[in-house]
Amino acid sequence: MIELRDVHKSFGENHILRGVTLRVERGESIVVIGGSGSGKSVLLKHIIGLLEPDRGSVLIDSADLSRMDEDGLHEVRKKFGMLFQSAALFDSMKVWENVGFSLKRHTRMNDSEIRDVAVRKLGMVGLVGIEDVMPSQLSGGMRKRVGLARAIAMEPEILLYDEPTTGLDPIMADAINDLIIKMRETLHVTSVTITHDMKSAYKIADTIAMLYNGVIIARGTPAEIRNTSDPVVSQFIEGRAEGPIILEGIEK
Amino acid sequence: MIVRIIEFIGALLEGPLLGLGRIILLLGSTLKLMARPPFEMKSVVKQMLEIGVNSLPVVLITAVFTGMVLALQSYTGFKRFGAEGLVGTVVALSMTRELGPVLSALIVTGRAGAAIAAEVGTMRVTEQIDALEAMATNPVKYLVVPRFMSGIVMLPALAIVTDIVGILGGYVVSVLLLGTNSRSYLRATWDFLQVQDIYNGLVKACFFGAAFTLISCYKGFYTTGGAEGVGRATTGAVVYSSMTILISDYFLSAWLFK
Repeated sequence: MIELRDVHKSFGENHILRGVTLRVERGESIVVIGGSGSGKSVLLKHIIGLLEPDRGSVLIDSADLSRMDEDGLHEVRKKFGMLFQSAALFDSMKVWENVGFSLKRHTRMNDSEIRDVAVRKLGMVGLVGIEDVMPSQLSGGMRKRVGLARAIAMEPEILLYDEPTTGLDPIMADAINDLIIKMRETLHVTSVTITHDMKSAYKIADTIAMLYNGVIIARGTPAEIRNTSDPVVSQFIEGRAEGPIILEGIEK
Repeated sequence: MIVRIIEFIGALLEGPLLGLGRIILLLGSTLKLMARPPFEMKSVVKQMLEIGVNSLPVVLITAVFTGMVLALQSYTGFKRFGAEGLVGTVVALSMTRELGPVLSALIVTGRAGAAIAAEVGTMRVTEQIDALEAMATNPVKYLVVPRFMSGIVMLPALAIVTDIVGILGGYVVSVLLLGTNSRSYLRATWDFLQVQDIYNGLVKACFFGAAFTLISCYKGFYTTGGAEGVGRATTGAVVYSSMTILISDYFLSAWLFK
């Protein structure tokens, strides 16, 4: 369903992705882990075509994104829903307008129909009665939920989650984890999540892959990753400061 | 040594040329997308209100006082060689050919240009522009085109208002304060004013509207570096737009009023 082949990406001198190869099957829930600045977000943005690889290719249902014109890319993007790290809600619009944004632009539904769908989707993520509120009045956890409701508004086949639990308290983080699992069970979506929250990764993943130094260095089920013998992976999942991973700017 | 000099010049030019290239590309895609449906009329109207109608009070104040001071200054100056009778002509020609379009453009740039850069820049750094793209919406079509179209329409409209109010301000000072005969002042205003003066002024205003919206959107679009970056983009939008308006004003005037 999703396939990255030898993807390279640099920003100036900074070679972020150095040959990422990754395959995600339909219905799979994959979690990509990696440290801050390891290129996880860059990887995710390649999957939805927000960034174009310098070398290599990204295929969605066997179609190469870099060979598509803008209209083609837009058609592919309609298969996706994406939850951004900061939720990225449009602050000039009410909550229901945010949730219904894609419906407004890509369907012939009228405002009252869109509002009904938005209310239903908000209900799915446990939010009731906030459809007329402006995003600036919401807490971080609620913003993420609204972001999730917006991501599922067009009933996507693939959901991308950019650090869904970052910045939330542990209980809210777990509630988001439960929602991610619920989305998968009720909507049968394929999902790609990037995170450095291991608790979340173990809970929501079928497969965990670790991005380090611009390549995927390990891939396996949560149990396999937990029992890894790779010193880099084990340092990361156990969250130890001591080990082979070099922290930028910190002398050991 | 020579290589170093060339490298130095290259490094110096890289930023501005990159910016210029991006603006030209942004202009190209804006013009292309303007012609393609959907036409985002709701968004265009909203921007017209923001850029045009909401700028009206400050433009009116600027216009009336500019017309007044222009009349006062030319009256006291012209009196030295007995040409007070030409004050009406000077006010009318200055307002329509030059001050109407340029002053209104500068005022609107300070207000709406800064607001555009700040809004688009904030959308960039909070990933809202990525979110637009992720939802299969072209951000140039959705954000830049309505602002660009409003700029092109509203600046000539504001220039007309500035022209009229400025001339009225000049009339008030000349006739009510300085005691010039009303009829001869009006004759001095109309006799030498040609349609071409007004028309060319409006062409300039149209160009300024395109320039400041495009530059402000560009600055917002390429914002990096969080809140500080948004601040930089906003300042940059006002500075570059104002410079563009003032510099292009000379060349446009030289070309239009041959």
